[in-house]
Amino acid sequence: MLVTKLKDKDTVASLICGKAFIINCHGCKEVGFPERDAAEFQRELESDGKVSGILTMDYICNPENIALNLSLRKDEIDEADCVLVFSCGVGVQTVSSLLEDKRVYAACDTYAVPGGQGVTPLEFDCRQCGECYLNLTGGICPLTACSKGLVNGQCGGAKDGRCEVDPDMECGWERIQRRLAMVGRLDVLRSPVQIRNYDNEVNAAE
Amino acid sequence: MKITDRFSKGEFVVTAEVGPPKGFHVDELVSEAKEYLSDIAAVNVTDNQSSVMRLSSLGFCKALKDAGLNPIFQLTCRDRNRMALESDLLAAALFGIDNVLCLTGDHTKLGDHPGAKPVFDLDSVSLLHTVCELEKGRDLGGNELVGEPPVFAKGAVVSPCSDSVDAQLAKMERKIMAGAEFFQTQAVFDPERFISFMERAKQFNVPVQVGVIIPKNVGMVRYMSQNVAGIVVPDSVIDELKADKEKTKAGITGVEIAARIIRECRPYCQGVHIMALGWEAKVPEILKLAGI
Repeated sequence: MLVTKLKDKDTVASLICGKAFIINCHGCKEVGFPERDAAEFQRELESDGKVSGILTMDYICNPENIALNLSLRKDEIDEADCVLVFSCGVGVQTVSSLLEDKRVYAACDTYAVPGGQGVTPLEFDCRQCGECYLNLTGGICPLTACSKGLVNGQCGGAKDGRCEVDPDMECGWERIQRRLAMVGRLDVLRSPVQIRNYDNEVNAAE
Repeated sequence: MKITDRFSKGEFVVTAEVGPPKGFHVDELVSEAKEYLSDIAAVNVTDNQSSVMRLSSLGFCKALKDAGLNPIFQLTCRDRNRMALESDLLAAALFGIDNVLCLTGDHTKLGDHPGAKPVFDLDSVSLLHTVCELEKGRDLGGNELVGEPPVFAKGAVVSPCSDSVDAQLAKMERKIMAGAEFFQTQAVFDPERFISFMERAKQFNVPVQVGVIIPKNVGMVRYMSQNVAGIVVPDSVIDELKADKEKTKAGITGVEIAARIIRECRPYCQGVHIMALGWEAKVPEILKLAGI
């Protein structure tokens, strides 16, 4: 089970260069989505002329479902310079994988709460770390796509682009590097040193 | 002695490395190091290299220091969380060990304790940052240290022949931003590849020591080329080792190859780091052949 909380509004707003296409996922709202705060924030962005469209739906982690909806809203997505996703980390990564040449950003941090585990039968995983890194890594989670969960870049263990731990797995940071180059955001690799805060990870979503 | 002082004097800095034993009897290794590695700038001590459990890097650094050598404390993030890393750094300062090489470390799955918990609380970049914080007199929790803060020469590694060279350069830059003052590289067998890497890395203006492994025989280099990340051995080197089995057996061909790699890379870097992998006795000969 999980809870999503809005990231700092100013930080998120600063990611938008022109307009953002917004996606809200209410699939797990029974668990905890900051619906009212998100709506208020989106109204503010709209009044600043920073929104090309808003899509609100259930379970954006279902790739077929979200792919269909994205294709129906193609014009609004093309008009935007980025896509801002209000969901857990799995939802953001699903959208990011479908819009490879688009900057896809997370507007929320995802926290774990004890109890039943959500069902996400997908290739994407969210560690529910409470400090979503997807905005620094081109929408590819460094905690789950890298065997060591490194948050400051590639280790020296990749061979032919494969992970030293599992040769069937592509190096996560190789993917991140490629994706950032594709969306013109290699600058984020020069972000300040990242240090995990494990205090966020363990049942900290009170 | 801080190894960075040597770089600032413009020296071509030579280091080698030794791996601590799986046990605590170090007399033989220490006397070997004294005999063959006393004339070089410093000696790295590996930290559970390849995720194989051994005597601690810090412990062996202390033994080398007591024997009059200048150790470089290799510190990986695989086995310790941030608190343990910080307290080992303070212990290094206590022992007068003032060179530290910050690494992420191989994954536990690759070694002899595959069921161990891989820690990676920090990584090479955040570890470098941590060393800088200690030097400012505070720990990562923001608490003040008692007394004069420690001072270290802070090193890091980079893999110049990696097939992910863009990602390696990005990480190198990040390490420098976090405080890295010198680099040692993964082993180079193809000077041309190293030279083209240095063309891109020289913009950072941080000293780089080319990494050299003495090729012992064909089987060893083939294995490394196929299995070790960042190591590419050109066919010409393999052929050379094949050509003269008798010489190769005595290690002469390997020594010649290592010396040649150093000679060819020397104009493009600030030092050499020799990974002798048990052939420490051959280091003086390699250096002589390389003209150092």
